[in-house]
Amino acid sequence: MSTDKTLTPPPHTEPVVFTRDMLDWLPWLEPMAEADMTEHHIRSLVDAARVKSPYFRLLARDPDVLEARTRTDKDIFYNPEAGLPRAERELAAAATSRLNGCIYCASVHARFAATYSKRVDDVQRLLDEGVDAKLDERWEAIVAASVALTALPMTFGKEHVERLRTVGLDDAAIADLIGAASFFNWANRLMLSLGVPATQAK
Amino acid sequence: MTDVIDSLVGIAPGSRLDAIRAQRIEARKHAQASYTSLFEPKELGGVSADERHAIAAFVAGLHGEARTDAFYAAKLPANLRTAIAAEVATARTKGPYGHYPKGPLSVEDAPGPTWKVSDAGRTALGTRVSAAFEHTHMLVFHPRDASAPSLQSLLDAGWSTNDIVTISQLVSFLSYQIRVVSGLTVLASTL
Repeated sequence: MSTDKTLTPPPHTEPVVFTRDMLDWLPWLEPMAEADMTEHHIRSLVDAARVKSPYFRLLARDPDVLEARTRTDKDIFYNPEAGLPRAERELAAAATSRLNGCIYCASVHARFAATYSKRVDDVQRLLDEGVDAKLDERWEAIVAASVALTALPMTFGKEHVERLRTVGLDDAAIADLIGAASFFNWANRLMLSLGVPATQAK
Repeated sequence: MTDVIDSLVGIAPGSRLDAIRAQRIEARKHAQASYTSLFEPKELGGVSADERHAIAAFVAGLHGEARTDAFYAAKLPANLRTAIAAEVATARTKGPYGHYPKGPLSVEDAPGPTWKVSDAGRTALGTRVSAAFEHTHMLVFHPRDASAPSLQSLLDAGWSTNDIVTISQLVSFLSYQIRVVSGLTVLASTL
């Protein structure tokens, strides 16, 4: 079958630093052609605009999994009820992406973390210096917990929960942090392994 | 139907953690729907039920999350279970490691093993699952080393593009599920 081959992305510049700039993403496997997508495939995108994204059209090859993945993602990050403030869910996503080395995911979620927290310098320091960057006690506790959940063997333990409580997170907020960091261990692996980021023409 | 994460963490109806998970009802429902779509799909396509459970058991073994490992391993025939346990023993390492694109981040390059299935494992697991396991090891421990040739190895072993999307989701979903189970288990122990 013609689609069962790897793709050579068109000429592009790969980002070589972690950045808050908007990036493109170029697939190594053939996304579905829009014309071949059934209603089932389209529904799996959840947001109709995602039909323009090669990443989502590639994942649409397994539509039920894509739809469930996307609805999990949206509730973890966008549900405004209680729990961890949006900025800090994004911080956990950015820290996880920084540790795993997903330059694309880190760019998206560092932008969100900066937008929602207004702490552009702290977010940029996390990108520049990595997960040991000096932030403040609360953010350092959130980053440390994300790292402990992400690194293997996992080291997340009671001491991380205690530290999070000390800086003001309640149980629902801690559960949100666990959800956000864990979810980015899902997202990073798809983004890193199915294609490559590219800088956008300015 | 039993919620797999609740069951692995041991979250009882009416407990504190049950109430906390209920605040993210969509995430809870669709984490379970992700599990169902991967392990009890309407159509298996090119990835059989045994292949799905074998990859999941391997991922869980690599993470050392005992309950999740037992859950997926229990769905496999004994000979496959034994073969997977033998591979896990040689494959477990520390992560994440790997290389960055050449440039300022190269100072953070952390080299580590590119793991291969043993000869005995290859005989027991077959070419397709062996290729999937080698890819899985990279995804679990050093995902930033991924490249188009990693995917070509899967195609060469007989997996289709659609199958590779499913396998990638499977490994990535497990990387999420195991961390949620582990994280919530710790949180529960403090409540």
